Amino acid sequence: MPAGRSLKKMLELDKVSKIYKTGAFGGKKLVAVNNVSFSLKDGEVASLIGESGSGKSTIGKMILKLISIDSGTIKYNGQDINNLKGNDLKEYYKDVQGVFQDPFSSYNPIFKADRIFRIIREEFFPEISSKEWYEKVEKALYDVGLNPGDVLNKFPHQLSGGQLQRFLIARALLLDVNFLVADEIISMLDASTRIDVLNLLAELKKRGLSVLFITHDLSLGYYISEKAIILYRGCVLESGITEKIFDNPLHPYTKMLMASVPRLDKKWEKVKLELKAKQAETENKCVYYDRCPYAKKDERCSNPEIVEAEEGHFVACCHYGEV
Amino acid sequence: MALDIKNLKAYYQTLKGDVKALDGATFTVEDGEIMGLAGESGCGKSTLSNTMILLKPPLRYVEGEVSLDEEMVPVWDMKKMNKFRFRKISIIPQYAMNAMNPTRKIGKMISELLASRGVSYSKTKKELKRRLDLVELKHNVLDMYPIELSGGMKQRMVMVISTLMNPSLLIADEITSALDVSTQKAVAEMLVEFRDRGIVKSLIFVTHDISILYQIADSIMIMYAGKLVEKASTDIIIKNAKHPYTRLLISSLPDVGVKYTEKKLTGIPGKPPHLLNPPTGCRFRERCPVAYEKCLEEPPFLEVEEGHFVACWKEFEKNA
Repeated sequence: MPAGRSLKKMLELDKVSKIYKTGAFGGKKLVAVNNVSFSLKDGEVASLIGESGSGKSTIGKMILKLISIDSGTIKYNGQDINNLKGNDLKEYYKDVQGVFQDPFSSYNPIFKADRIFRIIREEFFPEISSKEWYEKVEKALYDVGLNPGDVLNKFPHQLSGGQLQRFLIARALLLDVNFLVADEIISMLDASTRIDVLNLLAELKKRGLSVLFITHDLSLGYYISEKAIILYRGCVLESGITEKIFDNPLHPYTKMLMASVPRLDKKWEKVKLELKAKQAETENKCVYYDRCPYAKKDERCSNPEIVEAEEGHFVACCHYGEV
Repeated sequence: MALDIKNLKAYYQTLKGDVKALDGATFTVEDGEIMGLAGESGCGKSTLSNTMILLKPPLRYVEGEVSLDEEMVPVWDMKKMNKFRFRKISIIPQYAMNAMNPTRKIGKMISELLASRGVSYSKTKKELKRRLDLVELKHNVLDMYPIELSGGMKQRMVMVISTLMNPSLLIADEITSALDVSTQKAVAEMLVEFRDRGIVKSLIFVTHDISILYQIADSIMIMYAGKLVEKASTDIIIKNAKHPYTRLLISSLPDVGVKYTEKKLTGIPGKPPHLLNPPTGCRFRERCPVAYEKCLEEPPFLEVEEGHFVACWKEFEKNA
């Protein structure tokens, strides 16, 4: 997706694909991510929205170099991350970090929770004195809205989910990260605390942090991000400026999603939902072909290209103008 | 009156003492009512549903009465409850996706389940197939293993199994939390359909997602720290709630169309009290913005307007 050239692009994905081998002997292939391209600028928050199995977490993991990329390139500040090794990789992790869905399983329960800070220090800042380090930790904790006296020196089970999740964000802040992959970070939190974590992300964004906010909850995505990417079965179906996508969804899938979001200001309209089981990959067809109510049995639904429908709003559908 | 609960208490026994997870619940659910039960994690909503169907240690019955269709339900007696479970009271459990026996074909599993209740599978099969049509599952799922079904399909299958005996009361415990928005909507609407067709008489829909309740529930009950906080019709709870906790909870929900730059939402500061030694008086006192001396006494759960129950001294004062 071409983005404006005025601001520096910090993260750029170009035709990235990931294929998992499945079946007993790895004989079958599952395309988890299919030719995904998008870019993120400095200080931008983008939501990656999709249902389970759409490949959104896979993209996050590829950016964090937790799994390999099968084809395509991911560039960070112009540098291909695939070739990073040794010291360069360490520098990369100083800049790019991830926070994941389940804060409870991100910790080793037999150690105190603040061990994650000690590891950071041993690994990245061995030269800093203890006093200086403690001040740094304290500042990071205040930044995420925690009181160091309340939370340091405790075991994970003594802290709440929201506190643990904020601990992990504080850990990322200690490294002065510029880019955060936030993979469903609030779906495990309670309604009364989740909004605080979201506001925290918004606060950090003001200081220049870019966030890739992976979520399946559209209202949360709308609240925080200026850019949204709608993913379905590994393909980008629609992307662009959040308001434009939410107010004027163009792809039939996005339209269906918008109609199914439970809202507090209006009731569900009676829309017939397609509940068919996902069918096997249809060759050279649009990924949404078998569920799409507008799909016509002709050649037109084959491999739609992503096109700019209006300024800053891109869609991959063969007949967005007609429906 | 389908379900009538009076002062129900159930505590978890631990080495340190009793955790008062359900501390005096009094409410009714009418015939044909879909009641949403909402609250933060640890507020006792799952404890309440477990108490009504499978009260097993460390959960311990303390006191209170449950009656269903004017019949006393002996929730404290594991054996006597067998008469009620599945036939009168049924549950779609929180992890319905893993609720089926993975080593049996689904049809076989259902026949064993029915046999354990003394019901003939072959006689029920016609009705079973009709129900499968209702949730848009193909009949051949009965010859499949649970692993062959997707998450949403398993959820719908469990819905069919749980309601096969036309229970008076169905408890749906967080059944939509793990589903995608599109499947979520379909499953929720199917439950409404089950009610409309009289397959289940009344339904308690337990969830932490209030926006779902706004779509399907007739009334909403809010719990906090083991106590009932407020119960009223759905529209009143969403638009005109009286208890400060309910209001704060609803105002902290982001809605599509709300952006942090335009309208910054706030959470509720603090966290729920520990239920091992809960504070005296109103349990929301410490986080409540309008708390005053009176809140040191425990507020009763009273009807302030028709069908609108609330437990807050400030509210009683206004009406006095």
